[in-house]
Amino acid sequence: MAKFRKKGGKKTPGISTASLPDIIFMLLFFFMVTTTMRESTLLVQVKPPSATEVQKLEKKSLVSFIYIGPPLSKKLGTDSRIQLNDGFADIKDIREFIQLERESRDEADRKLLTTSLKVDKKTRMGIVTDVKQELREVGAFKINYSTAKKAIASK
Amino acid sequence: MARPVNEINAGSMADIAFLLLIFFLVTTTMDIDTGITRKLPPPPPEDMEDIKVKERNIFKVLVSKSDRLLFNGQPGHISFLKDQAKAFLGNPNMSDPNSPEDMPEKRMVEIPLFGGEVWVTKGIISLKNDRGTSYDMYIQVQNELASAIRELRDELSINKFGMKFSKLTDDAKIKSIQRAIPMAISEAEPEDIGGH
Repeated sequence: MAKFRKKGGKKTPGISTASLPDIIFMLLFFFMVTTTMRESTLLVQVKPPSATEVQKLEKKSLVSFIYIGPPLSKKLGTDSRIQLNDGFADIKDIREFIQLERESRDEADRKLLTTSLKVDKKTRMGIVTDVKQELREVGAFKINYSTAKKAIASK
Repeated sequence: MARPVNEINAGSMADIAFLLLIFFLVTTTMDIDTGITRKLPPPPPEDMEDIKVKERNIFKVLVSKSDRLLFNGQPGHISFLKDQAKAFLGNPNMSDPNSPEDMPEKRMVEIPLFGGEVWVTKGIISLKNDRGTSYDMYIQVQNELASAIRELRDELSINKFGMKFSKLTDDAKIKSIQRAIPMAISEAEPEDIGGH
């Protein structure tokens, strides 16, 4: 038996790392595809309420967001404010915001535009009602109250 | 005497890929946007008159500024809202035009898939909230009402087609169920209580 034994004893061959880049690339592509960049920095704090009857928001490109919540910067008080794009806004700015959102979409897609209201759960309904009234005036009827999905309690 | 071309060292490829990977890992937000979708009614015309709806056809839900609920004027709790809404909108016998005195009236609706005309309830849930109501409570109420309608549709759908409403793929079937159990939630026009 000793005949077959090589001289220097056994050495475990090192694991080849040649395929490491490929594995990394695979992960990379996965994240590149699933990533969605946050298009605006939040100035207000939004902790959405949770609900059970939630639907997924389809076609992200056809959604415009309105954020309502208490400002992150404590200097600005704790009253809920509206944020459109990158700045604070007033109720009357919503009209222009929706017009701009419409103009930036294709003619055919304009009817499908959804407005997603990302509202903090501690917000009072007054400001939300005002926003809804304004949206009705402008004709943006499709809205979505952004809510987290709550696990359905077992029945 | 061609010089042999030096191969580019691909050893650092992994590092470059790692860098990109970490960048995307950091910037990625995996959260899928979910929410309750609603359709707002168009603004009312100036000369609109109040539409008279019989008392028995309306189930009034009022959310006060301290997040308390009133169902048809009676104080209630959110945990009963779904069952009350289901009892109100429920329509077990669709071929019978008569409904009990305290339940909403019915009207005739032509639904071919259900074999002609069926009687559909005229009930409307009217939701009214105060300006001081918290958004959380408002969503809870919307959620309970949506879940009441979803359960009624599921029951009917299982009864007629043998599967849940959300599992239906045939447009005609979906339309039939939607017509038999309409999304009868009406939000009251906001009014300032106590004026400006």
